[in-house]
Amino acid sequence: MTAQVITVTSGKGGVGKTTAVANLATALAMDGKKVVCIDGDIGLRNLDVVMGLENRIVYDIVDVIEGRCKLKQAMIRDKHHPELYLIPAAQTRDKNAVSPSDMIRVCKDLRPDSDFIIVDSPAGIERGFRNAIAPADRVLVVTNPEVSAVRDADRVVGILEAEEKGNPALIINRLNPALVKNNDMLSAEDVLDLLGIKLIGIVPEDENVIIGSNRGAPAVTDGKSRAGQAFRNISKRLQGEDVPFMNLTPQSGLWNAIQRITGRK
Amino acid sequence: MNHIMEPATSIVQIKGIRDGLLASFMDAPWEEQRSALLVQIDERSSFFQGARLAIDIGPQVLKVNDLVDLRDQLSERNVMLWAVVSESPTSEQTAQLLGLATRISKPRPEESRHVLDTISNENALFINKTIRSGTRIEYPGNIVVIGDVNPGAEIIAGGSVVVWGRVRGLIHAGSKGDRSAFICALDLSANQLRIAEEASAMLKPQKDPKPEIASINKEGRLQAEIWQTGETIIRN
Repeated sequence: MTAQVITVTSGKGGVGKTTAVANLATALAMDGKKVVCIDGDIGLRNLDVVMGLENRIVYDIVDVIEGRCKLKQAMIRDKHHPELYLIPAAQTRDKNAVSPSDMIRVCKDLRPDSDFIIVDSPAGIERGFRNAIAPADRVLVVTNPEVSAVRDADRVVGILEAEEKGNPALIINRLNPALVKNNDMLSAEDVLDLLGIKLIGIVPEDENVIIGSNRGAPAVTDGKSRAGQAFRNISKRLQGEDVPFMNLTPQSGLWNAIQRITGRK
Repeated sequence: MNHIMEPATSIVQIKGIRDGLLASFMDAPWEEQRSALLVQIDERSSFFQGARLAIDIGPQVLKVNDLVDLRDQLSERNVMLWAVVSESPTSEQTAQLLGLATRISKPRPEESRHVLDTISNENALFINKTIRSGTRIEYPGNIVVIGDVNPGAEIIAGGSVVVWGRVRGLIHAGSKGDRSAFICALDLSANQLRIAEEASAMLKPQKDPKPEIASINKEGRLQAEIWQTGETIIRN
């Protein structure tokens, strides 16, 4: 068994990287995969909160790198999924406590015993981002259908291309079909048109995501959540299954390019 | 005859190069140089039959008419003028207007020194990918992009910019002050274009994008117009 390392990044902050990591990792674990999440946001950690594991942290990734504990000791087992682990970030240190080669080494040690290693990248394109993409076999870029988020995603895609990290896949998060219909939000096509990379999932805006994050129970565990369904689909696609995209638009014709163009001034 | 020939042949020197013949001149007025060249050709007309001739005119500035006359006189003698090599950018441009080359296979030694100042219109930086946000491309000559120029990307060219794709980022052509530079693209939806010191007003994204060319018009303002195929646009 050798794990695939998947890094989730975005450029801009607040677009849902951490939420995506928690949901995808949980969904993969629900499918029986052995998954390790690594919080790469040293100094501003919150993947532990979203996963509901905050009060179980004893050691963090900096402790592992600086040799204060064994790797296994820093791996926190999820409350509900025994095959899901979190390696938390240090909250009292900064990004310079970790180097890209440290990340590669930690992932190398984890690979033999897991199926997926999911790295949560911090926002930005500096050291923390470099650390997070260093071990990646595959990169998922999360963006929102907003001009600013898309521009930052574009920057990140450019850097990934320059670093020859392979073709990143795109998650469009928090799409609101009603706003798109009224031309008050970029459509998925607009975003894809600009970024020109492969789409791996569109996650609709869903208040269950926020409720889940605060409770430490990701939306994928809620069978009724639309966003949860979208994340479950993405996790299937990560496992190589061909899952059709969800129909986010009960009213047909929204995706119809002609309507979109004629509706736009 | 001989006493007339002597000075004439010393003004012009002909030598063989890979692409034909190269005529270079002693320092003299153009009229003298030209007649010396023609005398030389008339003298050895069988040698020059069907030759491809390049001329090196040094730093002098020649007008279109000068070159047209020479070209015609040469072609009467069945000699084809194909290149004019000059240190003067004005003469180079004139030659290019006439469809003549301005570079010959063997570069002049002093040329490399001036390469950044006198980038020929034939030279361009060719980029075969989409330019994404945060990327800045700067080049003293022309730039050709096969791909899009995304918002947040910057292209700064001393010469003109051609984008085979959509422009939504910033493009500055003629960045060293060349007001004859132009920008053309399949879809010119940039929120700002600059040519020399002129900046464009907002260009709205179009519903049905068509290839456009932006240049500085007669009133001195930057303007974009739909590209008309079949129209030859000569700008100087």
